[in-house]
Amino acid sequence: MSYFHDGLIWLNDPLNWTNPGGLFDRLQEHLVITFWAVLIGCVVGLPLGIWLGHRGRGGGTVITVANLTRAIPTLALLTILPLTPIGFGKLPVILALAVFAVPPLLANAYTGLRSVDPETKEAATGMGLSGGQLLRRVELPLAVPYIASGLRTAVVQVVATATLATFVNGGGLGQIITAGFGLGISRGGAQIVAGGIVVVLLALLAEALFAGVERLVTPRPLRSVRRRRAARPATTG
Amino acid sequence: MSFLSRAPAPLPLAAPAGDGPGNPWFSWQYVQDNAETIVSKLGFHIGITLETVVIALLVAVPLAVLAYWIRPLTGPILALSGVLYTIPSLALLALLAPLLGATNRATVLIALVLYALLLLIRNALTGLTQVPADVKDAASGMGYGRFGRLWHVELPLALPGIVTGLRLATVSTVALVTIGAIIGQGGLGDLIMGGFWNNFYRAEILTGTVLCVGLALVLDLALVGLGRLLTPWSRRRLS
Repeated sequence: MSYFHDGLIWLNDPLNWTNPGGLFDRLQEHLVITFWAVLIGCVVGLPLGIWLGHRGRGGGTVITVANLTRAIPTLALLTILPLTPIGFGKLPVILALAVFAVPPLLANAYTGLRSVDPETKEAATGMGLSGGQLLRRVELPLAVPYIASGLRTAVVQVVATATLATFVNGGGLGQIITAGFGLGISRGGAQIVAGGIVVVLLALLAEALFAGVERLVTPRPLRSVRRRRAARPATTG
Repeated sequence: MSFLSRAPAPLPLAAPAGDGPGNPWFSWQYVQDNAETIVSKLGFHIGITLETVVIALLVAVPLAVLAYWIRPLTGPILALSGVLYTIPSLALLALLAPLLGATNRATVLIALVLYALLLLIRNALTGLTQVPADVKDAASGMGYGRFGRLWHVELPLALPGIVTGLRLATVSTVALVTIGAIIGQGGLGDLIMGGFWNNFYRAEILTGTVLCVGLALVLDLALVGLGRLLTPWSRRRLS
């Protein structure tokens, strides 16, 4: 495990953190790219998912779109977008990542609204709620846990793929790794491993953080219901 | 003080030329001139994808069976593969490369297998747990032992779940192979990155991309067909 040790030594050098283009700079770039990509993903994915879920239509389309984006290599979007009229810079990177943030947000918002008990909706309509009121007061609050889970998937996904921005010189933590590969394994090995460790930690941290958020916004009674539901298939077999 | 040092910002050496004829999105000429390279990259891509999926399947199905038989292991197995799946691909390559060699095909292969595991294990397990309890009772009543029941009853009934996992794993593997371009082992990803660094040559980038997406679709359709062949009973029930 000496190479792992070399990576830790590299991380232990404060200059590697504070230098221009060091870990702090790259981390900041990484987080800025992630923030904007997720924000754009939310602005596009959530209203669409909520609207489709409220209408109860377009389920097939949602699934097809989510599956299609799986087949598109991130590298392809990252390299193609700067060559379109969008031009070079941060914007094409953010847009490319936002494309991968949309499917989980869209699909989860849709599923969340569709999974609201039809009897609950009927009762609400019977009490005289209009379509908009039903959406705001009944469906959305009940769908919040699903939307939060979609947000978590999207954030983790974007944090992970933002590493690839380095392929087109887009900044972010991946830059540390590619710079290491540029030096070659014998000289840059420690840096490659160190970059890998930092990126892994960041991804796991994002996962843990948003799992906490998901738990926080899930009302207590729903928490136990979801847990029971999740446990059920495991106990039947 | 040279003239160059006053340049306000570092510009790319060859800025992409508008949409003019110099840099078209698709060029038949490019495809013809580089047919050999394109075919070899495509072959590499197909080869490494198939190898990944087969190895991952050979690892994932036993693990899923283990998790299915020994209930307390379900949580740890799913959690471990979940953590592996959360690790960004480039970081996984970075951690594996110094260990296995920086330009080694095995580095990319192992990273891809680790990614495919979660999708395969989760779907195979779902398939196995959905086998109805009375079917299992009937199988035991007919005298099947643990392995006989698994091989003749439970695994065939879990096939739709396993095939779903295979489809997801195959499609995402085809897209992920491109990341290997960082160490020159990216198959069609090498074309995409090569085009980008070769004065933003659009034809090369788009050829790589189109072949990559096309390959994913073709393999996906092939697996749909395979699934139908393997589970003729589900088709009969539908019609």
